[in-house]
Amino acid sequence: MTQEISKVLIIGSGPIVIGQAAEFDYAGTQACKSLREEGVEVVLVNSNPATIMTDLDVADKVYIEPLTPEIIEKIIIEENPDGILGTLGGQTGLNLVMELDELGILTKHNVKVLGTSITSIKMAEDRDEFRILMNNLNEPVPKSFACSSIKEVLNAAEEIGYPVVVRPAYTLGGSGGGVAKNQEMLESIADSGLKASRVNQVLIEESLVGWKEVEYEVMRDSFDNAITICNMENIDPLGVHTGDSIVVAPSQTLTDKDYQLLRSASLKIIRALSIEGGCNIQFALEPYWITDPNRGELIRKQRYYVIEVNPRVSRSSALASKATGYPIARIAAKIALGKKLDEMTNVVTQKTTAAFEPALDYCVVKIPRWPFDKFEFGDRTIGTQMKATGEVMAIDRTFEAAFLKALRSLDIKNQSQLSELNESGESIDFNPSDSRIWGVMSALRKGMSPNELSKETGFDPWFSNSFLKIIKMEKELSSNSINSDLLLRAKRMGFADSDISKILKISTEEVRNKRIKFGIIPTYKMVDTCAAEFEAFTPYFYSTYETENEAFPIHHDKVIVLGSGPIRIGQGIEFDYCSVHAAWALNKINKKSIMVNSNPETVSTDFDTSERLYFEPLDEESIRNIIDNEIYESNKPKSIVQFGGQTAINLATSLDDSSNPIMGSSAKTIDNASDRVPFEKLTASLKIPQPPGGEVSNIKEAVDVANSIGFPVVVRPSYVLGGMSMEILQNNKELERYFESHSSLFEDFRGSLLVDSYIEGIEVEVDAVCDGRNILIPGIMEHIERAGVHSGDSIAVYPPINLTKKEIEIIVKYTKDIGVALGIKGLMNIQFVIKRFETRVNQDQRSKVYILELNPRSSRTIPFISKVTGVPMIDIAVKIMNGTLLSDLDYKHQLIPNKNFYAVKAPVFSMSKLTGVDTFLGPEMKSTGEVMGIDNNFQSALSKALISSQLQLPRYGKLLLSIADRDKKTSEKLIKLINSKGYNFAATPGTADLIESLGFPSERIEKVLSRHPNAVDLIEDKSIIGVINTVTGDRKTLQDGFQIRRIATERKIPCFTSLDTAYAAIDSSSTVTNFKVKSLEKFVNL
Amino acid sequence: MIEDKKKAYLFLDDGSVYHGKNIGSEKESNGEVVFNTSMTGYQEMLTDPSYKGQILIATYPLIGNYGINPYFSESNNIQVSGFIVRSLCDFPSHNLSTLSLGDFLIDNNIPGISDIDTRSITKKIRSKGVMKGLITLNNDEKRALKILKSTENYDQKDLVSSVSTKTVYEYMSQKEDDVQRKFNIVLLDLGVKRNILRILDSKGCKITVLPWNSSAKTILGFNPDGIVFSPGPGDPSRLDDIVKVVKEIIGSVPIMGICLGHQIIARAFGFDTFKLHFGHRGGNQPVKDLMNGKVYPTAQNHGYAVKSDVLNREIEVSHMNLNDQTISGLINKKDAVITIQYHSEASPGPQDSEYLFNEFITIIKNFNKNKD
Repeated sequence: MTQEISKVLIIGSGPIVIGQAAEFDYAGTQACKSLREEGVEVVLVNSNPATIMTDLDVADKVYIEPLTPEIIEKIIIEENPDGILGTLGGQTGLNLVMELDELGILTKHNVKVLGTSITSIKMAEDRDEFRILMNNLNEPVPKSFACSSIKEVLNAAEEIGYPVVVRPAYTLGGSGGGVAKNQEMLESIADSGLKASRVNQVLIEESLVGWKEVEYEVMRDSFDNAITICNMENIDPLGVHTGDSIVVAPSQTLTDKDYQLLRSASLKIIRALSIEGGCNIQFALEPYWITDPNRGELIRKQRYYVIEVNPRVSRSSALASKATGYPIARIAAKIALGKKLDEMTNVVTQKTTAAFEPALDYCVVKIPRWPFDKFEFGDRTIGTQMKATGEVMAIDRTFEAAFLKALRSLDIKNQSQLSELNESGESIDFNPSDSRIWGVMSALRKGMSPNELSKETGFDPWFSNSFLKIIKMEKELSSNSINSDLLLRAKRMGFADSDISKILKISTEEVRNKRIKFGIIPTYKMVDTCAAEFEAFTPYFYSTYETENEAFPIHHDKVIVLGSGPIRIGQGIEFDYCSVHAAWALNKINKKSIMVNSNPETVSTDFDTSERLYFEPLDEESIRNIIDNEIYESNKPKSIVQFGGQTAINLATSLDDSSNPIMGSSAKTIDNASDRVPFEKLTASLKIPQPPGGEVSNIKEAVDVANSIGFPVVVRPSYVLGGMSMEILQNNKELERYFESHSSLFEDFRGSLLVDSYIEGIEVEVDAVCDGRNILIPGIMEHIERAGVHSGDSIAVYPPINLTKKEIEIIVKYTKDIGVALGIKGLMNIQFVIKRFETRVNQDQRSKVYILELNPRSSRTIPFISKVTGVPMIDIAVKIMNGTLLSDLDYKHQLIPNKNFYAVKAPVFSMSKLTGVDTFLGPEMKSTGEVMGIDNNFQSALSKALISSQLQLPRYGKLLLSIADRDKKTSEKLIKLINSKGYNFAATPGTADLIESLGFPSERIEKVLSRHPNAVDLIEDKSIIGVINTVTGDRKTLQDGFQIRRIATERKIPCFTSLDTAYAAIDSSSTVTNFKVKSLEKFVNL
Repeated sequence: MIEDKKKAYLFLDDGSVYHGKNIGSEKESNGEVVFNTSMTGYQEMLTDPSYKGQILIATYPLIGNYGINPYFSESNNIQVSGFIVRSLCDFPSHNLSTLSLGDFLIDNNIPGISDIDTRSITKKIRSKGVMKGLITLNNDEKRALKILKSTENYDQKDLVSSVSTKTVYEYMSQKEDDVQRKFNIVLLDLGVKRNILRILDSKGCKITVLPWNSSAKTILGFNPDGIVFSPGPGDPSRLDDIVKVVKEIIGSVPIMGICLGHQIIARAFGFDTFKLHFGHRGGNQPVKDLMNGKVYPTAQNHGYAVKSDVLNREIEVSHMNLNDQTISGLINKKDAVITIQYHSEASPGPQDSEYLFNEFITIIKNFNKNKD
């Protein structure tokens, strides 16, 4: 039967959103490789272009198309696959396969569901079916009721007793859930939960807050062999989503009896569910056993509950794979074809089979990465709804060291283990939040006992005591003179040189020198799945201060690739794509690649991506240690810093200062491109216009600059990521407010703030390779939104639709001039803005091209542009960095001629998860992921992108408009379009006046939310299909507009805050009804 | 916090030395150095009589986290000669814990070393094989090597006699006798773990535990429904007296052999045994049931194995270790003999193989039926 499967359709997980991040690119990529190894032809579909899995090298056929049943059916008709695999595409993939099955599409086209069956998936996902199964197995589940209405919810809570947990069925990252302590809270949480659930169902459960949360990663083959890969203990007790918990692997506080109790239960469950592949099981474990004091014996084992089963590869599976070295997705894919566990080899030892359970001889700590450094006004508490965008993992031989290394890996500016977050002396908040861990350290520093801490937080005392060990070491360092023994113990405990330097009040370099003088240098140990029992061949290492080093320098010519660390807003999976391609490109030019990264979700941290992997933080200390460890015959390996986003490029200067060679653009070039003064001089000398502006360090200077160049102005700190703290300001009052709310910036960002004239025009983005003499541009991207919306949040179109030949020529010329003048070797990304002067008569004078920004590194658009143009940007860049000239390669043009199709990249937001965050688009990036639509004409491509980003409007219905005064004039065109498309209007008074003045009827609603009917009423009534709301200059979050935007987001109604996006969406809404699908390969080779 | 632990050293037979800190007793101790890759279950391991004469290395680095409790020991005291860990926890956390691991070692007068590169020692043993080692606070290398040379090799030690019960006893859980005791089991104690007794007890067996040197006549005198040959320490080739006993018994009563028991029974069927390079010790050893093709992770702890080069038609190989294809179990249906090289009683380790005790009971039932 397995022989029949020769072609398989794999479903990807779509855009990166909170709850579904890069881990599914890792899983999907492994699955593609694994199936192709078995001779199976792989067809892959995903709407996310920033993934490795959508590379033509990874799958045989790639479709970058919306993940909807209609589209998938078209692909099935086109490709005629034998089987479909949805269990590697996260909840999206799983839900899609279930929908396809429910619609009869799979049966109709004779496509077999591979791996875990639909029946099994339903049994695990449907709360009622699952409970019945658990009851039959005699496995305990908490009291709970599946409810479809508020009334049922309240009855259930009555039965269980408060507090109760609300979990919506079929959602990502537990969105819409929470813990309710009373009826009032319950009504509100259950309401949003019911709305968030695909099947309008929530589960009301007995609250087990305070119990330990333990997870098992389990695998089973069709022959009923079942094994556990790894268990994980959440430091945060039950009540915090596992994606938002600090997690340790393996469990630390479980006895063998506890461990085996849950392990045996896991195996029983996976067998009963007949899972074929991987599965994740979450348990709640009561933290005590009951003994009989009279007879001195155990009366019963610990109580536990089965909380949840994910019948698919999950975020935890990716973590477990990286934590153990066991390739879960790879094996799951082969199991789906019918292979047995003992028929597959353990790729690590190359001798033993896949039917084994990894043994760890180290400790792994995962810490989530939350976006609250960007969303300072967001609700920072964490609970059953996941809020983290990414995570870091660290490995070491003790918990303390792994924990401290993970903290370093978070890469949060100016934040280390020593940070005191509330020096003001307010009491420490122990409620779960993104910053609780710093509060914990602080409390211990101030003398709180571990037991008190455990009472406050619910942490097992073991963890509290471990944290105390760290604090004791801080104190020991500060009160003793430093000697070799003490320094060694501090390093063994995971203290960073930079933190030791702060405690000792000497420079980091001094600490480093002292350490090296004492002979305290890290050793690197292998992650080998077997605790050294067998010789292993994984080139996968972590640092630790022990006696034996296992990572001998690679003799061959080699290059270190710095990865990009955790996924965060502004630095997403795109940079992992670049790092992975860098490793592959190095291989092609016969150089060994050494990858450094701290993100367990990614393809780059798969140990077979590069020649060698160091799972380490991306900071100066760890990179310099790795370089030193790789010195062979006194040769230091070069480092590539331009592919790992801002994290990697920020290390250029310190590597250069410590005489470590950088491959590609030099540290000086990087600095000249990022530093305003030299960059301005250069553009001036090249006669490339730049918006006028200046660098300021206080409000007075800012006002002076603003008044001299004229409002509106764009302000932003220099050296930042994803437009952090960037705003467009209209007048002096707004400028003052900006300074008030961003006073801390002047301590953090080298004291400089940029104030530039805001030029409203067409924004254009260019990625180019430069060899120091010439450039190559694969294609130009035009943004739908005018300048002012962060490029990462803009819809981008390739090829451009509005640019003149002349403008394109100028862009190419400027790109070449600046690239060559800066001495760029490798990639650069430039944003231009084109201002059109409609009054001028002279053709050449009709527009002016300004350069807005240049980044001397790979950008977010590299995967997109590489894919749609077929120009392998990273591959070329690596060759250039290695000394090849563009003229040696086969690229004849500076700008490659346009392809005969359109590709649209659209942003995707996770705003419904981030309560309290304002959703309007501005210069500060807010999206977590992206999708792509590709088709023969622009409208279809745009429609596909909008469908994938869930911004597609229905073809009929009422739109709610609330437009700020300053946008009223420019919105007339949009209003006419809306009318011509047959939509109806609802509007706030001012906007309604405008609509009516144009001759169209409009329903009038109240502006203030205290009067009815208002916007929120309409959204709640589901009587509108979309919201167009532009922001007023003053953006205090409590404004009515904020409420409207939040409610629309939470109810999943498209909400447009840019008139340009709204125009494009409405324009394309009814144009295309019947999409055609075509593989990427067919498009690109046109 | 002042680090007041004394320096301690592990000297190996090949002349290498590893540094760490003293834990447990400060006395000097030697033994065969072995490693176990289980991530949990240190209390069970330390008290497993099969470790008699050995210095045990835990490859998992964080040991002692949940302390020591009165319930998890597999025998009355610590059996190992020494315990080597990367990091010893001195703030155990578990509601059953009554003692820290450090104090447990001191109470048992067993020395150990912490803060030592256990992975490095493990790699040494993996590549060079198990060897003698000395735990000491004295860093005199010459002296240490001299001591190591002069001590008896593990293979020559008479270990079973030191761990076996001296007297006959009946094992019955103290629970009210709600289990109907249907089967009369004699267990020959070569170094039994309590969990074997607990499991048999829970399955309705009345267990009589006999000393290792009991004769066939004594054993059969208890009129058993089945006989279990327990696990235990040391080289099976030194136990030919027990092999003789087995030979005398085969065919008259169903027999189950576990670990050392398995090796002895194999010898009785004409197999030879040999010393493994560094043994199998851990909770993740994959074993394939050759009868149905299924694979189970198992708990193992043995330094010797049964040689597979003997063609024996009387007894079949029933289980195989997937890591090195060594024999993991034998079966003789005619004479109702089953043996396993691994630990169906787990403790520590996976409980997947507990079903074998049920199988043994089924064999007993069928045997009795056939007899009737």
